[in-house]
Amino acid sequence: MRHGVLRALTIGLTVVAIAALYELYHWIWTSTGWSWPFKVDNITLPHLWTIFKALGDPAGYQQPLLITVLLKAAWFTAKEALAGFAIGAAIGFVLAVALVHSRLAQRALLPYIVASQTIPILAVAPMVVVWLKSGWQSVAVIAAYLTFFPVTINTLRGLESASPRAHELMRSYAASRWSVLWKLRVPASLPYLFSALKVSATASVVGAIIGELPSGIQGGLGGAILNFNQYYSIQPQNLWATNLIAAGLGIAFFLAVVAAEKLIVRRAPENVA
Amino acid sequence: MPVVEISALTKTFPKGNVTALKGIDLQIEPGEFISLIGPSGCGKSTLLRVIGDLTPPTEGTVLVNGKPAPKARADHDYGMVFQDSVLFDWRTVSKNVGLPLEMLGWDRAKRKSRVEEMLRLVELQGFGDHHPWQLSGGMQMRVAIARALSFEPSLLLMDEPFGALDEMTRERLNIELLEIWRRLQSTVVFVTHSISEAVFLSTRVVVMSPRPGRVAGIVDIDLPQPRTNDTREDPRFFEKVTEVRELLRGVGADEHGSVLAEAGS
Repeated sequence: MRHGVLRALTIGLTVVAIAALYELYHWIWTSTGWSWPFKVDNITLPHLWTIFKALGDPAGYQQPLLITVLLKAAWFTAKEALAGFAIGAAIGFVLAVALVHSRLAQRALLPYIVASQTIPILAVAPMVVVWLKSGWQSVAVIAAYLTFFPVTINTLRGLESASPRAHELMRSYAASRWSVLWKLRVPASLPYLFSALKVSATASVVGAIIGELPSGIQGGLGGAILNFNQYYSIQPQNLWATNLIAAGLGIAFFLAVVAAEKLIVRRAPENVA
Repeated sequence: MPVVEISALTKTFPKGNVTALKGIDLQIEPGEFISLIGPSGCGKSTLLRVIGDLTPPTEGTVLVNGKPAPKARADHDYGMVFQDSVLFDWRTVSKNVGLPLEMLGWDRAKRKSRVEEMLRLVELQGFGDHHPWQLSGGMQMRVAIARALSFEPSLLLMDEPFGALDEMTRERLNIELLEIWRRLQSTVVFVTHSISEAVFLSTRVVVMSPRPGRVAGIVDIDLPQPRTNDTREDPRFFEKVTEVRELLRGVGADEHGSVLAEAGS
């Protein structure tokens, strides 16, 4: 209990400190007129209070409040990202299980799995949109494309992490491959799987936002970013506010994975990463 | 029928062309407690692993309960205990002990009552819901023994199970192990590099020589049962320890079990 209070206090103080540093930077650069690395004014770096105030103002002429618009967009993007995350994690896990059981498949497929990640997502996204038509499904596939890779690589390592002795113990029970998979390999891989899921959770949000751009989807955060980008020179605070909400969504995804990990993974305290 | 029947067993590892075991003949009768002792590199652990079909023999035959070793393994004829307790961190003590029972398809209620019985046997009642990392090394080893015995195998294979424990814990576990052995009337093959441990526990001590591993001699330990802490102070105990030690000297090992000639080779 006391531990939790202390932690919340630390997190709160950190946020306040970062906000203070931001405003301090703003103040020093504007009052001295320094222009390196760039000139600071209320357009390049709007005040924090301007950004937060913008959330409570209408998003545009005769439009609902910005916060309402952004939360709707975030919910829209969250659904795409969640679908992409689930698809990617499932594909990544199944792929790792297949690879761990076949050296041949590992040697044949792993280079292509790695190569798939060297192709920029911006090059893949338009193709997916052409194949699947513009819609949340194609956005989910694009998010999945970013999600599956860390899951495959880490889970593969995790599935191989049990000691040779543990495998001999299972052999002494004449355990089937299936039993070895579910009673030894998978439980041993969970810490690896979850560290991959933490990376993938945030990547799936980024994937969904980027996926919305070539799909021409307007309802999500990607659409909002494109839109507010065009008005940056007049209302920079709207884009900043959108970024804050997007970051918040990524953090929410990350925290959901952390919470699931706490529930599922049982480990010696000193082994917890 | 002997529990273990080994004839003309040879084991070579293709890597580096090492002959680990050569021409081993050994019969183990029901209810025996056999220790395998010898300098490092004498193949005692390999012999245990061949009996358990964790590695196949190169030549010769190994019968367990009259069956080829792979068949015996498939029939769950033996329980295995390693030097490292190999407990699964993600399982509670109870679930670790019940692991082989899950593999045998026992239902939950039957598993639960057997696990409780086993935890009583190794004096860990009340620790069922703990996780392995919350236990001391000696307690972890007792969980491993409970796990190996949970499905009542006729043969218990132990590969230096107490090697990593301190002297006091080891001596206490020796006595506990003998009690369990007597109560369950099981057969034990026990690998160790401690002469006094081998003599204290065993009905027979098999002394092995290194490179290639052979049986250098077998010492009958006819000390009275049940053995207690007093046994360790019995003059006949020292006689047997000396007999084993002499045999080990003869095969080029000092009393700590390492090979004297190793540095020179």
